[in-house]
Parts: sequence; structure tokens; C-alpha cells
Amino acid sequence: MKRQVPLIITAIAGFALIAAYFIPYTQSWGETTAIWFDVLASIAFVLGGGNLLRVHLKKISDRVAGWGYSVIVLVTFIITLAVGLGKVGVAPAPQFPNYPWSGPYRQTGAPFWFLYEYAFVPLTATMFAMLAFYIASAAFRAFRAKNVDASLLLGTAFIILLGRTFAGVILTEWIPPNSLFSGLRVENLTVYIMSVFTTAGNRAIMIGVALGIVATALKLLLGVDRSYLGKD
Amino acid sequence: MSDFIIHQWWLLLIVLASFAPLAFKMVREGAENTLRELDRGWVFLLMLWAVLVPIYYIGVTGATLPEVPSALSQAVFDEIEKLKPGDPVLFSFDYDPASAGELAPMATALVKHCAEKKLKMYFIALWPVGAQMVDNTIDKVIKADFPQMVYGRDYVTLGYKSGNEGVIKVIVTNLRELYTTDSRGRSLNDIPMMQGIMNVQQMKLIINISAGYPGTKEWVQYAVTPYPDTIRLIAGSVGVQSPQLYPYIPRQLPGLLAAIKGAAEYERLVINKYGGPTPDPKYMEGLRRMGPQLIAHLLVIALIVVANVLYFTSRGRQRAR
Repeated sequence: MKRQVPLIITAIAGFALIAAYFIPYTQSWGETTAIWFDVLASIAFVLGGGNLLRVHLKKISDRVAGWGYSVIVLVTFIITLAVGLGKVGVAPAPQFPNYPWSGPYRQTGAPFWFLYEYAFVPLTATMFAMLAFYIASAAFRAFRAKNVDASLLLGTAFIILLGRTFAGVILTEWIPPNSLFSGLRVENLTVYIMSVFTTAGNRAIMIGVALGIVATALKLLLGVDRSYLGKD
Repeated sequence: MSDFIIHQWWLLLIVLASFAPLAFKMVREGAENTLRELDRGWVFLLMLWAVLVPIYYIGVTGATLPEVPSALSQAVFDEIEKLKPGDPVLFSFDYDPASAGELAPMATALVKHCAEKKLKMYFIALWPVGAQMVDNTIDKVIKADFPQMVYGRDYVTLGYKSGNEGVIKVIVTNLRELYTTDSRGRSLNDIPMMQGIMNVQQMKLIINISAGYPGTKEWVQYAVTPYPDTIRLIAGSVGVQSPQLYPYIPRQLPGLLAAIKGAAEYERLVINKYGGPTPDPKYMEGLRRMGPQLIAHLLVIALIVVANVLYFTSRGRQRAR
């Protein structure tokens, strides 16, 4: 029962979505299934929160290396959750002045807004910005023209790096734009690489992935592959 | 440039002084040995200055590089240009603060362009903090520069919905199934510009700004592909995601702003037509960020070249032995 019910739900939902795509009469089936999916996705947030608590509480309890970070994760998680769900410091919405929780949780000036603006935004932006430093370090340590393949990769990287800035335009602006050799201007070479080689490579990968997805989906819908149900 | 160096000599001094220990080491142990065992902290320092100095230079002088719009940026501009005042446009802000540095400038320019064209703007988000990105852009553009635009009549924020592509799949045929209120909790039936809007196919254009999943790829797969005759999509995307979107150009995706360069090119087009004699610097953020990008890219190329010269020198010596 524990395994059959999920299998049946998967099969019904999957075939309803396939039917909805090809048969206009069954379009509403697909809508209903997609709405179930959206509801489940919302519930998954609760599940994710629960899982986060479980994993980090276990790390703290076992005193594994770096358990202090788990304390920070849990404390910040609980504070943010409490401030957001409780709408702490949020003024009521103008149309419902008698209902203290009627204001939006991300109201400007409220504690949740403060956490978002002064903790979340700078922290995530910093994480992303640090990529520039690691890419520079990797460029110096890892990119070597050891063979023909690596040399081609390096040459392409140079063209794209130059072509994505004004340096590319300056370098080859001596080539007349309407001449026979205008394709050799760095900005045109960049477009050519992106629209021909990159597109061709991506299309090949996408077709391969799509075929794999179809095969995997059929195995799931027909109950051949049951690995997603877990072991017990 | 020379004026900048003369007046900001202290900056040049600080930059040079920060590399003094490395220069001493090169003199003492030889340039090749020093570079071969170069600590990555020096590379980090180089990158820091490569980004910081151009930011400061552009901040002081206000100079920007003359970006030439590519065909894809021009296509994005043309798609919006050919709409008529009052046409409904759906914005999907599918990014977060981590990628705002790359995407916020194009979001600002796109909203300004639509506001100038007097289009009706509907904002949604498939990323949890996308709603905050929407609020920031509305504050920065509509509330600041288009105060005559009224919430509920000219623009509306429908907020974030969980479900990723599941949301797209539903709203292309039935928007009201998922969205019953706007992000402020007001019933859609009470919002004037929502009257008669039942699904996304009624939008004249969908503008997606995305940093990954769910994003442009999902909009192409679940909105444009099943309804190619009624849904038209243009997008702005982060650099790492853009190559994955090229296969959809031009039939499923007529225009694409790829990374900060795409934003800068599009800003140039918007400023040329709607910027006036002294354009507001907030509409030139992409153009301003091309300076640091130029120097950072040149630095990366220089680092690769130096590393390869060292590699081939060392390999040549080994072979000679």
C-alpha cells in the first residue's frame, strides 16, 4: 500500500499531463494536476524547513566538526522565520486598519525588510561577487594549452572574453565593417561562436537530455523505476 | 584619463604600494621563480584593483564606454517599441540579490522603456525573493520617475508563487486559478487592470529576467512552445545561462539581453530614444559596469598568458635536459 498509492498517483498525474498536452478536451486535467503540484511545492517548503532543523540539530547534538556553523544557521533561520511569519513590526494595511496582521510581511522599515536588506542582500551578493576572485585564480593555475583541444578552448575563451567588452571592438576596428573580412572583427567572431558552435553543442546536449527524460519519465509512469520511493 | 591620474595620484600610489612586497620578492628571487610560486592572494589583490579602480574612475568622471547594440539587444528593444500604449505586458522577475548586479540594470531599463511606452505592466515572480526585486524596481523607476502611473490601473504586482514551471503551466491557460489576490492581498476582481485578464496568452509580450531555474528556459518550454501563435517572449539572462538559450533564438525567443553587456547595449538604445540630454545615472548602471568588466577580462587574459608562458618555458627546459 505504501508503495502502490504513490505509484498510482504518479501514473495518473503523469498521463493526465501528457493527455492534456495533446488532447484539448483534457486541458483542464492538466491544469488540476499542475495546481496539485504547486500546492505540494508550497508544502515542500515546510518539509525543507523541517529537514534543515533535523540535519543541523543532529550535527549540534553529535558535536561534529563545524557544529558552531549549524548553531548560526538554526538561530538565523528561526529568527527570520519568526519575524516573517509573525509579521513583527508590520503596520496594518490601509484597507484593513483594524487587523494588525493585514500588512505585507516585507513592508519597508519592518524587521523582516531590515533582515532582507542588510543581511540577506549583502551576503548573497558577496557570495556571487567572490566568483571573480576564484575565476582569476583558476585562470592563472589551471588553463594550460597542453594539447590541441586545450589550445582551441583557450583561443575561444580569449575571443569571447574580448568580445564581451569594448576591447574587442578597439582591437579589430581597423577591419572595415562592410568588407569581405568583417567576420574577423572580434565582436562578429563572438556572435558567430555563440550562434553556431555554442548553439550546435547545446542543441545536441538538449536533444540527448530530452530523450533521456522521456525514457526516465516512461519508466517512472509505468512503475518500472521505483527508486524515487526509497528503500523501505 | 590624464586629468584623473593627476588629481587622483594617491590612488595610483596606493595601488603601486600594495604590490611593493611582490616587487621586492621578484628582485630578490627572480621574476620567474616568484611568478611560478605566486600566492593566490596576489591574484585576488590584482582582481580587487582591476574592479575597484574602474568603478572609482567611472564614479568620479561619469565616463562610460560606447557600447554598440547587438542584433539581440536591438530585437528586445524593437519588440517593446512595436507595442501600442495600453498593451498588457507580463514581467516575470526570476532572480535574487546574488545576481541583481548583473540583472537589476536591465530590469530597470526594461521597466523604464515600458513606462515610457505607457504599457500596462503585470509583475510576477517564480523565485521567492523575486517579489522584492519587483518592489525595488518599481520604487526605483515607476514611483520615482513616473508618479502619474497608478497602481492597479497602470501596473500591478501579483507576487511570488511556488511551483516553478508548474506555475507557468497553469497561468498560460488560467491565471485566476493560481492568483486570486495581488501581492498586497487585494482581490483581483477589485483591480481595474485585471478586468478581463484570464490568462497569460492575453499578454502582448512576456518579459522574463532570469538567473537560472525556473527561468527563461521554462517560459520557452511551458509557455511559448505550446502556444507559439499567442505568446511572445523576450528575456534578460545572466552570462552563464545565456549559451543555453541560444538554441531558442529567434523563433521561440526573438530577443535576449545576455549578461551585463546585453544590459549596457539595451540601456544605450533606451537612453538614445528616451534618456533626454542628461540621462539619469540609474539608467546607465549597465554601461557603468562595463568598465570594471573590461579591465577584469583583460586581467584574466593576462593571467592566462603569463601562466602559459611559464608553463612552456619550464617544459622547454625539461625537454632540453
